[in-house]
Amino acid sequence: MFRQAKWDEPLIFELSREGRVGYTLPKPIEDVDVEIPEKLKRKSTLNLPELSEPEIVKHYTRLSEMNYGVDSGIYPLGSCTMKYNPKINEEIAGHPGVAYIHPYQDERTVQGALRIMWELEQWLKEITGMDRFTLQPAAGANGEFTGVSIIRAYHLDNGEPQRDEMLVPDSAHGTNPASAAMAGFKVIEIPSNENGTVDLEALENAVSERTAGLMLTNPNTLGIFEDEILEIAKIVHKAGGLLYYDGANLNAVLGKVRPGDMGFDIVHLNLHKTFSTPHGGGGPGSGPVGVKDFLRDYLPVPLVSYDEENDRYYLDYNVPKSIGKVKELYGNFAVMVKALVYLKIMGREGLRNASEMAVLNTNYLTRKLLGTRGYELPGKKLRKHEVVFSAEPMKKETGVTAMDVAKRLLDFGLHAPTVYFPLIVHEALMIEPTETVSREELDAYVEALKRISEEAYGNPEVVKSAPHNTAVRRIDDVLAAKKPVLSWRMYLELKEKGEVDY
Amino acid sequence: MGRHYLPNLAQREEMLKEIGFSSVEELFADVPKGMVKEFNLPEGKSEYEVFLELNEVLSKNKTVLEMPSFLGAGTYFHYVPAHVKYLIERSEFLTAYTPYQPEISQGMLQALFEYQSMMAELYGLPVVNSSMYDWGTAIAEAALMTVRLHRGRRKRFVIPKAISPEKRAVIETYTRGANLEIVEVTWDESGKIDIEKLKEAVENAAGVYVEMANFFGLVEENVREIGEIAKEAGAYFVVGADPTMLGIFEAPGELGADIAVGEASYLGNPMNFGGPRAGVFAVRDDKKLIRQMPGRIIGMTKDADGKRAFVMTLQTREQHIRRAKATSNICSNEALVAVASAIHLASLGPKGLKELGEVILKNTAYLKRRLSEVAEIPFEGLYFKDVPARFERPYGEIHEALLARGIHGGYYIGEHFPELGETALFSATETTRKEWVDALIEALKEVA
Repeated sequence: MFRQAKWDEPLIFELSREGRVGYTLPKPIEDVDVEIPEKLKRKSTLNLPELSEPEIVKHYTRLSEMNYGVDSGIYPLGSCTMKYNPKINEEIAGHPGVAYIHPYQDERTVQGALRIMWELEQWLKEITGMDRFTLQPAAGANGEFTGVSIIRAYHLDNGEPQRDEMLVPDSAHGTNPASAAMAGFKVIEIPSNENGTVDLEALENAVSERTAGLMLTNPNTLGIFEDEILEIAKIVHKAGGLLYYDGANLNAVLGKVRPGDMGFDIVHLNLHKTFSTPHGGGGPGSGPVGVKDFLRDYLPVPLVSYDEENDRYYLDYNVPKSIGKVKELYGNFAVMVKALVYLKIMGREGLRNASEMAVLNTNYLTRKLLGTRGYELPGKKLRKHEVVFSAEPMKKETGVTAMDVAKRLLDFGLHAPTVYFPLIVHEALMIEPTETVSREELDAYVEALKRISEEAYGNPEVVKSAPHNTAVRRIDDVLAAKKPVLSWRMYLELKEKGEVDY
Repeated sequence: MGRHYLPNLAQREEMLKEIGFSSVEELFADVPKGMVKEFNLPEGKSEYEVFLELNEVLSKNKTVLEMPSFLGAGTYFHYVPAHVKYLIERSEFLTAYTPYQPEISQGMLQALFEYQSMMAELYGLPVVNSSMYDWGTAIAEAALMTVRLHRGRRKRFVIPKAISPEKRAVIETYTRGANLEIVEVTWDESGKIDIEKLKEAVENAAGVYVEMANFFGLVEENVREIGEIAKEAGAYFVVGADPTMLGIFEAPGELGADIAVGEASYLGNPMNFGGPRAGVFAVRDDKKLIRQMPGRIIGMTKDADGKRAFVMTLQTREQHIRRAKATSNICSNEALVAVASAIHLASLGPKGLKELGEVILKNTAYLKRRLSEVAEIPFEGLYFKDVPARFERPYGEIHEALLARGIHGGYYIGEHFPELGETALFSATETTRKEWVDALIEALKEVA
């Protein structure tokens, strides 16, 4: 049975002992007298913890033991593509030629870095069927914002400022409408049909001379391939809109189908999903954006270009209608290095194998779980990289919710699926196993879900009160929102007032 | 290739058969005919071959360990203690996703809560999110937030002209959709914000942004006064500060900031050619402000046993719940960069951070004194990290001559600030060595 470490580890502030230091700095190179103006001198106390290096290492090691990563076990968060992160990626990204170079160095001294960016772009172009990429966006949402900003610039440039509506399916990731709104668009939601795909009739009715574009992920968040994608593209293009591909789900068709061939004009990718770079507990990610030729002049600056004649890579600021910058400098370079290592190792056949195995694993899990009491499968049976079951029957019959199922899975040392998303499925359990889990892990996951079903119908309390084996028990997130304690400083104040008892 | 990452490749046929499929193609039967293509990509390689190849490519980069460099201008060479890198590479941290299941992710959540707490101490504001992409996007998000706080009735955001061109460009792009008017306030003859011009610009502004040390490295003495002017005009006051200066300089919160921003990656993270980084975002403890904050926030609460626990909180601001009405579209942030920054901060402690600030200040002062022997320093005053030096000769030629001597000179800013002529920013941190500075000055004596 799984047992996560329970260290009762104090906050680092509580471990502080006066006078201890965790690092020794070099001395100033010359003891110059420098006066800080009185009104700017720090007078407020600086309450940072004081610990020695070994204590710091123990503290964070214990914290890490109360955390679960891809290396700990299966982590099938839907739409997150939590595949294995090859260790060679980290090894190469740790090279001094990555860590110790400054972004403003003379181009002649960073040819290696520029070449890596350029090469990565060539791979991404072929994988997506796009013609030019920016690697600047820091994450998927930053990429989406880049893409929709390009759409806006394109329509303005064409003298069509009235195109202020962005169409987004009701099954879309929350970042899609949020990014569109940030770029100044009005968001129009397109309903899904009973198959879980875009309702063509609704789409026909929604498009107009105000349509700027449609943001779509294919396969969609149900893991279902939008088989009418060419029709969708036709409708949007005919209305004068552009088609945007949310690359969160690219792992389903990696190396097999190109968004460019489906009719998409703009694509964002998530290197931290599809291209095996680790997610770091929330980031850093990297969200490159690719466009078809007619949009290249709107990309952020700088691009990376190659001067074949002189065999020279360079930062290219010659982007006449550029939307500007969506992040400082050139993007998350260290993440790009990892993605390129992955691509080179996988190659054409490896990438195709990856998506095929991801789809096989998902369908294997789907068929094995199908028919288990309490779970139902809305929409088509055939899935791509992920599947969304509904625990609605279980909730109705036993009171056990999708959240309870998720928490109970943790007790078996298995990470939960994404829950309550997509919003169009009630009590959603969105499972994306990826290609890097073994059949035995898939079987164990199905077994655990079946056992939870039995528990729900036999002894629901054990599920409702889960988890039992993690570092802490079920967390009171209502209290967290009602009485926000957001820093040690706030905690001390509230504690003194007797407003918190933990 | 890469079959060593694909455990079930060897059982493919068996598994297909078991679930009633005869081939992989059947799994893709819903893809329109002709859409599946053969890709024009290289064959996969062995790990060893890729290791060799990329080592060779990366050796084409000349690092700041091989070539004394005086580049700064928003990216700085700081030393990262070995244990920081070691700890953030613990795979339980490195390979985790955003902590959606808090019970099994307490380690990351606590580490991020500690990051928020340490930054709260540095910036003197108790509410900090668990990171933005970088300092530039943090300013842009702050600008948008001040407009939301004014319910869109004010759309003007005031920034100093002496700001990094990178940050300036990000602010432009981010605020275009909301139709913000970005107004620049130039510097006076001392190089600091022109207070009279500021008073004109601030009228009807949603927010005013100032940096404790401007793009030229010059310490802005009148932060508190600028804040008072902003507030008098009904604008929110946003202060940018490099965290490495806050051991010796007063906290933005104490100087009147409603919102403070900065760059967390200056601590605990290498330069990495400019990314990843992490933006600090802090606000006053005010419900109105907190409700409009962008980004993920970790809160402390308790579990079913009444035990202390951590969780992502106040999520009704965020895109996965609020969708088009969210305070920001940010989802993935820079969590691991933030944790590295916190580990470095914990290692320094209050004394270490103060010392770090002092060492940087003294090293910068030495660099400035020596540069003044060979160039003109356009503004008198106190500098932190960056020092502008103006030359007679075109800086491009000087740069070439320095590079030929194995030294990387400063960052040329004449392109962005033509009024400053042939000026470059030279930078010092705690990593700067005296012999590097002396070699630079010797070389400049010959070539400038």
